[in-house]
Amino acid sequence: MIKNISNLGDAALYCDFGNDVNREINLNVIQFFKNIKKSNIPGITNITPSYNKLIISFDLSITDFDKIKTEVEQLNFKTEIVEVGNLIKIPVCCDNDFALDIKRLEKLLNLEKEEIYKKFFSKKYYCYMTGFIAGMPFLGDLNDSLYARRLDTPRVKVPKNSIGLTEQFCNIYTFESPGGWNIIGKTPLDIFDNKNNTSPNLINPGDTISFFQISKSEFEKKYG
Amino acid sequence: MAENYFEVLRPGINTTFQDNGRKNYYHIGIPFSGAMDHRNFVIANAISNNKKNSPVIEFALQGPKLRYKGDKVYFNVTGDVNFQILRKNKIEEGVCYQNLVLENNDCLDLISTNRSVYGYLSINASFKIDFYLDSCSVNTKAEIGANNGKILQKNQIIKIENITKKYSLNKLDYINSKIENIRVIKGPHFDYFSKTAKDLFFKEKFRITKLTDRMGIRLDGPKIENIKYTNIKSEGLVKGTIQITADGDPIVMLSDHGTIGGYPKIGVVISADYDKLVQIPPGSKVKFKEINLKDAETIYKLYEMETQNLISKTK
Repeated sequence: MIKNISNLGDAALYCDFGNDVNREINLNVIQFFKNIKKSNIPGITNITPSYNKLIISFDLSITDFDKIKTEVEQLNFKTEIVEVGNLIKIPVCCDNDFALDIKRLEKLLNLEKEEIYKKFFSKKYYCYMTGFIAGMPFLGDLNDSLYARRLDTPRVKVPKNSIGLTEQFCNIYTFESPGGWNIIGKTPLDIFDNKNNTSPNLINPGDTISFFQISKSEFEKKYG
Repeated sequence: MAENYFEVLRPGINTTFQDNGRKNYYHIGIPFSGAMDHRNFVIANAISNNKKNSPVIEFALQGPKLRYKGDKVYFNVTGDVNFQILRKNKIEEGVCYQNLVLENNDCLDLISTNRSVYGYLSINASFKIDFYLDSCSVNTKAEIGANNGKILQKNQIIKIENITKKYSLNKLDYINSKIENIRVIKGPHFDYFSKTAKDLFFKEKFRITKLTDRMGIRLDGPKIENIKYTNIKSEGLVKGTIQITADGDPIVMLSDHGTIGGYPKIGVVISADYDKLVQIPPGSKVKFKEINLKDAETIYKLYEMETQNLISKTK
């Protein structure tokens, strides 16, 4: 449930669901996001779910903070938690050419590479949110023996489609981008398809992701 | 003539097709984008007698140089722009906020913006370009929008179609006033900062650095000391949000910003000051002034009325 609604500037609502990061709170955020989307409240231009916040942007020439807040509070009343999302399977190649930080992780976590991958591939992950760059999914939670801090110096260019880990989360770099997550492999799938004009995102908030390992030759076949 | 088009002789620094931007895709990581200076964008279309949300060419600091081939067409430039039209045997100095004509083989040289950043080129016709998720707006990070999501390239061709004959030749009287004081509403993490830091934020001047583009403005000034957490759990952003980095520097999110971020938000620039803020060139200094929500809403209404008034004068 929303704990507090305040304004973020003069053209957005800042809905606070607390400070904890867990699936239950996030499902609440996503359910609420879906309810608002369905409600078609006039003037809303964007709704951004994250771990435990929901930001609702609106067009100040059509509506204002008080009006949207009243509408949203009425909706909050009707919210019920429903499990949402699809199960999506993502192939990952962990060849040394792609697993840029596996050696660092072996040292940092005091685990052999095989153990790291065994733990990583044995869990399903939940998509808390997508964003920062187009389509990038923030997934969790990792097995707690895989928690690692970010690189001390972020990479200027993380290759597109790299899989990265940090703290309890993993993500997929949908574009070549600067970044500091520990890279353990690469997927041949395009997670964000900028030629798809209707639903460019493969992974959406609330979805469940299961990664599976593929060989380099399988990767190359899929990659063309 | 069979085809009407521009040939790009010089692309300019950061020249893109823009319209009003795309709504409702923040949740998949796609920001609004759209023309940075919204007022100058709508005025350009009003002078061209185009639909409100028609695509324009936006340029920054140095604009493109374009050779025109085809039937005569009218165009206008908005912003504070120094430009010339190179006609057969003569050079004509450009005048902003007025429909001017281009004939076959004329060159339009959008030389530079004066003590400002963005300028707009609108034509009394339509650009033959692609749309993505209901908008032509180019977002070079996600590689989406017209022109394959890229800035204008040297030697490329821009086709135009549907040349219209309805236009007024009156010049719109409008001066882009410059501002130094940017009005800001306190953000959700305002109290993460020390008393001294909060005072400094509203008292001191900050310099707009060269690390400034359509995604954001990086400011340089006194360090803003965080006494709580320098990183928060990543959460959504809106344009105009001022985050304080772990190093204590403010960064202002602009139209192509990343949709989520993990730095505390000290404040948000009011909607009415956004168009003026983006026009302040690197090297200039700004000062933040605190304002409450009600006043910001009133100021925005007045700003909108002023824009509507300018639009009505173009008819």
